[in-house]
Amino acid sequence: MTDNSEAEPRKLSRRHALECMVWAGTGVIWTLSGGIPKSLNLLDEAQAAEAASSNFTFLQISDSHIGFDKEANITAVDTLNEAIGRINGLAVKPDFMIHTGDITHLSKPDEFDDADQIIGSTRIVTHYVPGEHDMVDAGQGKAYMDRYGKDTWGQGWYSFDQNGVHFIGLVNVVNLKAGGLGNLGPEQLDWLQKDLANRPSSQPIVVFAHIPLWTIYPQWGWGTEDSAQALALLQRFGSVTVLNGHIHQIIQKVEGNMTFHTARSTAFPQPSPGSAPAPGPMIVPAEQLKGLLGLTSVNYVVGQRDLAITDSTL
Amino acid sequence: MPLRLPRTARSLAMAAGLATLAFSMPAFAKDVTVTITNFAFAPKTTTIAVGDTVTFINGDDTIHSVIADDGSFHSDGLDTNDKVTFSFAKAGKISYHCGLHPFMKGEIVVQ
Repeated sequence: MTDNSEAEPRKLSRRHALECMVWAGTGVIWTLSGGIPKSLNLLDEAQAAEAASSNFTFLQISDSHIGFDKEANITAVDTLNEAIGRINGLAVKPDFMIHTGDITHLSKPDEFDDADQIIGSTRIVTHYVPGEHDMVDAGQGKAYMDRYGKDTWGQGWYSFDQNGVHFIGLVNVVNLKAGGLGNLGPEQLDWLQKDLANRPSSQPIVVFAHIPLWTIYPQWGWGTEDSAQALALLQRFGSVTVLNGHIHQIIQKVEGNMTFHTARSTAFPQPSPGSAPAPGPMIVPAEQLKGLLGLTSVNYVVGQRDLAITDSTL
Repeated sequence: MPLRLPRTARSLAMAAGLATLAFSMPAFAKDVTVTITNFAFAPKTTTIAVGDTVTFINGDDTIHSVIADDGSFHSDGLDTNDKVTFSFAKAGKISYHCGLHPFMKGEIVVQ
């Protein structure tokens, strides 16, 4: 496989200045800076020490695809269980978790039930946004909204504050148009404008949504049509972290004060952009699978512009 | 899977109390298959006659859906080997896409 770990510099200090990396196999040049992911185990002592010295820590889980049972990973339930087992074993518990969508594979009630039960075993508050796989019930999203839509706006978007950081969960998987990418829509953009209007530019912002909010590979729909309008509203803020899922691999870039990061899936890997005829589940030898699945941990320290993002594999 | 019923069979069907079925299906109505493979509909353009049906079969190992651009029909998520059939009662051209991967597009021409 094209190994994304090639895009993860080793032994880089978190405060490392701008780095330019050529992402193997694509020729795309990403600029990376502080908040570089490190290939640490979640239980690594350094990570635990870092978590202890942070003001708070949250975890991102993504693309659990409960119900997926094909060759790329016939046991998506088991790998989610394993990821959650890691979380339950952490010395320092995260303050909360975010799930960036594709909780289920087919939006079926028993898939949502299984995910709730497994993730709920952590007893850690979890904030969800939907993926397109959570919208394919007969009600086209009703199953998701019935379960996770309380206290949200529109088709499931919302915001909340934690220790002075403003978190915004956006929905870009509803009513996708032929030939298009992910889509936020005017109603959500209008809400976002109002949500941000009275906030000081010094407030750190974390935005999370399923489909990447920047264009990674439009041929495979890996981007959001109207994300530029959302990013324009976020431009004035001194620290913006954008966390996405959908593409089942880590890709990141930094643009001005904005750090973009996509998380691994807990279910199955997908090919790097353009490296396969289609973006379907990537079949890898069994012994390699868990090295391609994982979790993302984020530490926040007051006064530091960049949030420390740590990715770990299963 | 042509649904052609010979005259005698149609008479028999009606005699057997299946008149509704026989009358609602125009003579020689047929079913045309569109296969989904590697994130693409094949064939991309399907030409049928009024009253014919189109059956979509998902041959990929992830799910897809079939949604008319004008909203006139939509499927749930189709898992591997799942099928969905739509019938077309009016002449015209209907474009459709996959609701999960909207770069996947196709069209049905009803003559």
